[in-house]
Amino acid sequence: MSDPVINPPLNPVYTGDTTHRQDSTGEIHDHGHHEHHKDNFITKYIFSQDHKMIAKQFLITGMFWALVGGMLSVIFRVQLGFPNQAFPILETIFGKWAPGGIISPDFYYMLITMHGTILVFFVLTAGLSGTFANLLIPLQIGARDMASPFLNMLSYWFFFMASVVMLASFFLPQGASDVGWTAYPPLSAVHEASPGSGAGMDFWLIGMALFIFSSLLGGLNYITTVLNLRTKGMSMSKMPLTIWALLITAVLGLLSFPVLLGAAILLIFDRTIGTSFYLDNIFINGHALPNDGGNAILYQHLFWFLGHPEVYIVILPAFGLVSEVLATNARKPIFGYRAMILSLLAIAIIAFVVWAHHMFVTGLNPFVASVFVFLTLLVAVPSAIKVFNWIATVWQGNIKFAPAMLFAIGFVSMFISGGLTGIFLGNSALDIELHDTYFVVAHFHIVMGISAFFGMFAGVYHWFPKMYGRLMNNTLGYIHFWVTMVGAYMIFWPMHYMGLAGVPRRYYSFDAFQSFNMFGGLNEFITMAAMLVFFAQLLFLINFFYSIFYGRKLTNENPWQSNTLEWTTPIKTGHGNWPGDLPTVYRWPYDYSKNGDEYIPQTTPLREGETGGH
Amino acid sequence: MSTTITNHNRFHPLKFALWLGIASMIMLFAALTSAYIIRKAQGNWVDFRMPAIFWFDTVVIIISSITMQWTVRAFRRFQVNACKIALTITLLLGIIFLIGQYRGWSAMEEMGIYINGNPSGSFVYVISGVHAAHIVGGLVIMLSLLLKMVTSTFNPNRLVRVELMSTYWHFVDVLWIYLFIFFQINIF
Repeated sequence: MSDPVINPPLNPVYTGDTTHRQDSTGEIHDHGHHEHHKDNFITKYIFSQDHKMIAKQFLITGMFWALVGGMLSVIFRVQLGFPNQAFPILETIFGKWAPGGIISPDFYYMLITMHGTILVFFVLTAGLSGTFANLLIPLQIGARDMASPFLNMLSYWFFFMASVVMLASFFLPQGASDVGWTAYPPLSAVHEASPGSGAGMDFWLIGMALFIFSSLLGGLNYITTVLNLRTKGMSMSKMPLTIWALLITAVLGLLSFPVLLGAAILLIFDRTIGTSFYLDNIFINGHALPNDGGNAILYQHLFWFLGHPEVYIVILPAFGLVSEVLATNARKPIFGYRAMILSLLAIAIIAFVVWAHHMFVTGLNPFVASVFVFLTLLVAVPSAIKVFNWIATVWQGNIKFAPAMLFAIGFVSMFISGGLTGIFLGNSALDIELHDTYFVVAHFHIVMGISAFFGMFAGVYHWFPKMYGRLMNNTLGYIHFWVTMVGAYMIFWPMHYMGLAGVPRRYYSFDAFQSFNMFGGLNEFITMAAMLVFFAQLLFLINFFYSIFYGRKLTNENPWQSNTLEWTTPIKTGHGNWPGDLPTVYRWPYDYSKNGDEYIPQTTPLREGETGGH
Repeated sequence: MSTTITNHNRFHPLKFALWLGIASMIMLFAALTSAYIIRKAQGNWVDFRMPAIFWFDTVVIIISSITMQWTVRAFRRFQVNACKIALTITLLLGIIFLIGQYRGWSAMEEMGIYINGNPSGSFVYVISGVHAAHIVGGLVIMLSLLLKMVTSTFNPNRLVRVELMSTYWHFVDVLWIYLFIFFQINIF
């Protein structure tokens, strides 16, 4: 490899709390003028290279998108709950999209498409991984910052650009993309296929390309940092489960997003140059397109090769956050630390070999389908191990019901409910009946959407003090939790019955189907519940932003009496994280209620005769 | 368990990050070439021979890998001028490769294989085009490296940057060889 004489020392060099560190080329800047370097507003809050600030940028951008995405769902729920009923205010706000106060079909499809895109990618991928990987990786492994703070900053700004493009697409004359969040061709490949297939789809593709670039840059950094910049004593087997989860998430993203990019490249060529990768014998407005020899199913293979790992990219960080919050607040060591890591790894590996279970009804060879059924059902094993371990962790614990803890417990509940329906859907025979019904909608919203949100809420409530040096309001937190918990079940539980009765998802209205009339009242109920839950999230937003400025100030650097390293930093954590030397780690992060001590931070040396760890 | 910082840092973080990036690029091309195989299996596939110019280009890029390696060696030995010359040759070979690719695409058009024709041709255009984009990215970084070398005094700390450059360049070289062999085997 390299010659040690001319290679600079490879770990960042810091003296005191000044921020001398390697730049992206490995050169060390240690010149005098850096001593007096003061952050101005722009370098501190906007083009910041401090991982903690970048985390906050991801979080707040993600919250903005969650608000937008949630709002979209409330609007299309109005159509589903109250079809053909005029709400003049909708016309006032949306103009031509809601003529006479009734949401137009084109607008409806735009809403569901953008709801899915925004929630899956912009909120639960960028908002969740982006926030907590940035915040927790350096803090919990004892590093000054990411391996490359500059790439990290670029990762946020690519996400920001993706956000601008995606947001701008709403204001196009023909509206944003309306072809479904999966962007299946031919709807997504032919400009004239629907209003949103034109410029809206172009914007969608550009936004997604920028987004993929952002998550690749972020992922590179997360993995490199975890594997290379751990502090003294922080072996892989002493890492908190949050870090394990975020590491594996980043690996998944790194290997699966390029495949989506490949699918998008072929799609872009079909759209612009006139290639026929996905198009074959398409007739539109009565005339035939010249494209010949393409295969639309090819896109589905490529899309779901990303698409399935993507749902684990969404849920794995939540696994990590919840494990940490449960152990801390139950004042008990996490049950089965190694099993937790192994099950994370198992889920990550299986993630790559189950994609065709999204395609059981595309004419897939039944034998191939049976292989995918088997592989899909295998996911239940590591998932069940995790659930068992979470329950065993809180079992007989001295539980502190902080809002974060409630959300973590709620997460386990949601994950079980949603996971069980996954076993139904993983069967190719049952899937013939259940495919593209509300049963699927209920399944993935509970197991991925709500669960991941609960993990994120647990994380925000738990690490808010680390981010802002203040505490969030507990009462508002409790109201937020209970309304969300009960409300989420009120929204999605009834959908299982509708799905079993065959009600198809994505339909604008069910007027033409007499058999579904019986669900009119249920649809109204779901819409009301959705509005209720949406307003409960406003409480959270109020709590969050109010607490940033006026929350109760932290008096103790370790408010939850937790073991992990981030709580050994000062309340106002500067760039570089620890004012003096980096902490040394002696024990695993879950020494709770051990030998009469309620908690023993990782930096406490092992006592004589004490054995470390598990 | 090895627990000292130096142990964890035996591998430079940025080199590690580059290898991760390479893993993701491999996934991109794996996706595109598997799409090719799946599509080919369905018939309606026009066979054609790859134009001879692609052979020439393959040789060019292999030579450029050798000169890139020469650059790294010269840099390690503080042979400043040799280093600049070797990097310049690598850069020029990269540009020749791109011109060659362009001529290869033109030759395909002359054969009647158009990008918007049968997918067998479209795949070659798109996959080699995406590869060419990776070459362009590499050349931009190579140019900035060369300009730094020419305009500023020799800085041994820049070795990491040179090594990163060479790893990437060897990767896009091997990637082209893979794609070329893939096309040769699969096109008919």
